[in-house]
Amino acid sequence: MAKVIDDPRPTAKERLNQTVENVQGSQAWSSIFRPGSIFRKGYTDSPRNRSYVIMNSVLYHLHPVKVKRHAVKVSYTLCLGGLSFFLFIHLTVTGIFLMFFYRPEATAAWNDISSLQTSVAFGLLVRNMHRWGAHLMVLSVFLHMARVFYHGAYKAPREFNWVIGVVLLTLTLLLSFTGYLLPWDQLSMWAVAVGTNMMGYTPVFGSQVRFVLLGGVEIGSETLLRWYVLHVLMLPFVIVIFMAIHFWRVRKDGGISGPL
Amino acid sequence: MTEIPEHLLKRAQAARDQAAAQAGAAAPAAGDTPASDPRIPAHLLERSKAAKDKTGGAQVAVAEKVGALVGAAPAAAGLPIGAGPGGHTQRLLTVVKSGSIQDVKATPVDKVHTWPHLLAVEFVAAIACTAFLFFVAIFVNAPLMQLANPNQTPNPSKAPWYFLGLQELLTMFHPMVAGVTIPGVALFALILAPFIDKNSSNKPEDRKFATSIMTIHLMFWAVLVIIGSFFRGPGFNFVFPWRDGLFFEL
Repeated sequence: MAKVIDDPRPTAKERLNQTVENVQGSQAWSSIFRPGSIFRKGYTDSPRNRSYVIMNSVLYHLHPVKVKRHAVKVSYTLCLGGLSFFLFIHLTVTGIFLMFFYRPEATAAWNDISSLQTSVAFGLLVRNMHRWGAHLMVLSVFLHMARVFYHGAYKAPREFNWVIGVVLLTLTLLLSFTGYLLPWDQLSMWAVAVGTNMMGYTPVFGSQVRFVLLGGVEIGSETLLRWYVLHVLMLPFVIVIFMAIHFWRVRKDGGISGPL
Repeated sequence: MTEIPEHLLKRAQAARDQAAAQAGAAAPAAGDTPASDPRIPAHLLERSKAAKDKTGGAQVAVAEKVGALVGAAPAAAGLPIGAGPGGHTQRLLTVVKSGSIQDVKATPVDKVHTWPHLLAVEFVAAIACTAFLFFVAIFVNAPLMQLANPNQTPNPSKAPWYFLGLQELLTMFHPMVAGVTIPGVALFALILAPFIDKNSSNKPEDRKFATSIMTIHLMFWAVLVIIGSFFRGPGFNFVFPWRDGLFFEL
């Protein structure tokens, strides 16, 4: 005779829901996700919780709880500033990956890049993404500047943030240019030769500028090491500081400009 | 609840006594007040008197009443220091307008929550950007030429694309002018833009001059970069890309 089952066995969906609830209710989970996080147990969509999502997360360093309605319009910002920052993060991530396989020595650099492309999993893909991402960042920073100018967004009280923006544009160009040398092929070496020759014509102390940049009178191993350190450490460090001031000023000057 | 200090209680009591005493003193004084107070212009007194006569003297015109009280004040010798007309012990010190202490927004700004309105847009933009880079990276390889050789100059040797405008200028000017002076002045002008442009409007129709100058500036560099990138061949001589081929690496 069949036994009568009062409680049918829980379905897979119920088990899953139970598991999710247990995980979200755990101490570890609620210690990671602060109150207001959308991943926290019992999150509901309410104005209060929408505020907490920003206020109680690291995003509060970048965004206020509320922004002007027109600031959300893609047709106004074209996302260019945000994309520049995102590309910087993208370049940092792919760049760290590349650093694992690269030695900044004249005898090793080219071989490292070459073997990265042929014998490292996703090596070629990541190098391509780094390269095209870098060009795209130069382009997006440049377009961001043009967008800001045409919107008159550099006017009071945002004058100083514009100045920082010009510094950031220069740093972006320098970052791209220092990275250009690192593959140590004919393209990069002679592009840098053209560039540094031009800087050598700086009045009064031109040859000294050139000597400091090259680490000698000619492009060589010292140049490679020097530009490597500039590319992976010093210029990113400097640009992060200027970016922090840039973003902070955007908020302090009353959010993004406009509407027109 | 806070306790009221003893000296304040005493002062209040004294003021209350004074007021009571003055109320008694002022009532008879009001009867024989001189109608001509020197501080009130004569024509106003005339007017108030006329109004009083019209209503049959039933109401006391305001101007005269004030005159009566002011006139009565010196008579009451025991008024507390700081007591106003009628023995009031409170005074209006100042009117604080709203906005002088609290930040009251004159025009409320139309705002939306950053989450989800802005973050969703940013997230989509970031995903789209990554996807774009990913697909470009799959189909287009970054160039890797032969090992660097200081003894063999490639022809042409070109700077990265964003410096090709400067390299193009090198064909026209002395290297110091092309490589240092012109880009230096351009960069400096860019930095000074907000301090040169005194026009406070951000409306495009009010900024035709600034817009034109910037467009000329940007076009100047764009044209130079395009010529340097696509129209310069061996020896950095002028070529047509559709006839002589492309001499350009990213």
